[in-house]
Amino acid sequence: MEATTRNFERNARKALADTKLQEALARLSHGFPAKRRQAIARLPEFEALRDAARDIRNDVLENLDFYLERFETRVGERGGQVHWARDAAEARSLVLKICQDAGARTVTKSKSMIGEEIAINEHLEANGITPVETDLGEYIIQIRREPPSHLIAPAIHLSKGQVAESFKEKHGQFPKDRSLEEPRALLDEARTVLRESFLEADVGMTGANMLVAETGTVVVVTNEGNADLTMSLPRVHIVIASLEKVVPTLDDAATLLRVLARSATGQEISVYTTFSTGPRRPGDLDGPEAFHVVLLDNGRTTMLGSELHEMLRCIRCGACLNECPIYRAVGGHAYGWVYSGPMGAVLTPVLIGIEHAGDLPNASTLCGKCEDVCPVRIPLPRMLRHWRQRQFEGNQSSAASRYGLKAWAFLARRPALYRLAVGPAVAVLGMLGRRRGRFRRLPLAGGWTASRDLPAPAGRTFLALWRKRPAGRP
Amino acid sequence: MSSPPPNVGLFVTCLVDLMRPVVGFAAVKLLEDAGCVVSVPAAQTCCGQPAYNAGDQTDARAIARQVIAAFEGFDYVVVPSGSCAGMIRVHFPGLFAGDAPMAGRARALGERTFELTQFLRDVLQVPDVEAEYIGTATYHDGCAGLREMGVKEQPRALLAAVRGLELKEGGEAEICCGFGGLFCVKYPDISGRIVDGKVDDVLATGADTLLGGDLGCLLNVAGRLKRRGSDVRVRHVAEVLAGMTDGPPIGDP
Repeated sequence: MEATTRNFERNARKALADTKLQEALARLSHGFPAKRRQAIARLPEFEALRDAARDIRNDVLENLDFYLERFETRVGERGGQVHWARDAAEARSLVLKICQDAGARTVTKSKSMIGEEIAINEHLEANGITPVETDLGEYIIQIRREPPSHLIAPAIHLSKGQVAESFKEKHGQFPKDRSLEEPRALLDEARTVLRESFLEADVGMTGANMLVAETGTVVVVTNEGNADLTMSLPRVHIVIASLEKVVPTLDDAATLLRVLARSATGQEISVYTTFSTGPRRPGDLDGPEAFHVVLLDNGRTTMLGSELHEMLRCIRCGACLNECPIYRAVGGHAYGWVYSGPMGAVLTPVLIGIEHAGDLPNASTLCGKCEDVCPVRIPLPRMLRHWRQRQFEGNQSSAASRYGLKAWAFLARRPALYRLAVGPAVAVLGMLGRRRGRFRRLPLAGGWTASRDLPAPAGRTFLALWRKRPAGRP
Repeated sequence: MSSPPPNVGLFVTCLVDLMRPVVGFAAVKLLEDAGCVVSVPAAQTCCGQPAYNAGDQTDARAIARQVIAAFEGFDYVVVPSGSCAGMIRVHFPGLFAGDAPMAGRARALGERTFELTQFLRDVLQVPDVEAEYIGTATYHDGCAGLREMGVKEQPRALLAAVRGLELKEGGEAEICCGFGGLFCVKYPDISGRIVDGKVDDVLATGADTLLGGDLGCLLNVAGRLKRRGSDVRVRHVAEVLAGMTDGPPIGDP
């Protein structure tokens, strides 16, 4: 997928003007956060669970090599195979090779952010293999050729009317005058279409919410059960996952599951939580004949030990998106690539380069809500600041903002000079603004006054008035 | 009081200094009424947050040094802003990683730094204030005050003692107003959308007054309220608590 992260501001303006999107975002803003709060209110030990989840993820990152090797060994013992991919291109080639070796024509897929990150669908299509997304949201955006706009609700930007339009366009096999008004009708139609794909697929590809080192198990959660059909009906199951998804034990996986669903959707647990370990064994009634796990690095190991280390704790629940005032204003597509919201603003620059994603860490008020709701307590604002620091020190921020900042800092570091400079400025603005108490327009303040008035200053600074304060009284 | 009165250094903040001095005087009055000896060091400009949040650590560090030197002689540093207080308390120490003596001084200052209403309630345990304000107010929780400093109940407890004032909570009091320092001028469209949501929430309460503890947020929300033609009055909480509301509200003549 072509990144439009460089056009963040243009994307954002477009999003702000899109009334359907704004309605969808309003629904999201009032939906997930409230459900999350209610779920947490029902679980008194939630804060302690967050600490436990953080500690598990920290332990994983401290001992990543150990857990990954153990996972690989266990997968091998159960008859599966682990493949290592340094970057997206390697991952794509590995997946394609497995598909080609299996003689695959159709590949069903359950939702995977790694699939989006490596753009696997485009690669399979270019090589004559048809990928079919089986998560309803992913299926919708696949037929619309859009990237996901949310970690767990990829089509959250759309209304049901827009989905109905896309279905009518894509599904020519059904009567043109059928009613798709009700969500149930949309769901039934998607199920009818997807059922054929499930049955004809040669390979099923899933992501992974976790990889369990002690057993070689892959954990996948869904609310639709589509991943279960994806991984158990075809001959070959390919798991694509980034390597930090590993966790030490099944107990650890259980702890993380307890914070994951609550943080994501406010559910106590997702409808389907599936643990799959290796291919079908002799005597098993179903399951794939072959089991492959493609583990992607794509720059993540460079984050280990860096200021961005803790970002690797992320379990992709989406809570930081749901609560972020910026995400809620512009939606996921404005971020211009696969990941959005606060976690995307930290992660995307690692994956595609800060020079391509310079706006992302800056488009934040650093309000701290993301860190507040993160189930594994990632200090997201600190990481956004870290990117800004790298940009500033690498001379990547805009010249105008750098010089403005430097000029201001020059004065702020010299209190006497600062007093001389600000006194007259405040006096002039105070005089000009006295009659109305505010400005509708002011030179150099267009950013501010585009959507709000600028309250006028009083005309004298506090420190100037304080100096004249007689004998300790104002 | 048998123990000597607390010696407080007022960090007035650049926005109060430049835009709205009455907030500074209100803070002084509240602190003096509570028995503090208040000083205002002349060597203060800003807490350095604009540089810090723009990634300019060098200037942020230099300004932090200046603040630490100017204020470390006081028993307490009190700030009529949760955001600037959070900068000093939470962020200054990290600026001196690798410089143990400075980091120690920064931490020592941070531990004695408080947002105004937090200081009045949590440290001085002021039970109430002597003030009157006729009106219905809603309160906006500034993000850093709320999440970095833990300011939530303190201003509300003090406002409860103000005669004639009724407090009506907005459903989104804890949601960011979209100010974000330089964010609001760097991304004016997004900031404008966010502050519009805040204004909706303020208007939905039916309150005639918006109060808050951070002038940055208040200038932003007042600016949008005025642009939308609202006559909701906007004031810093210190003005109301100190009974210094004779002058015009923020953005009014």
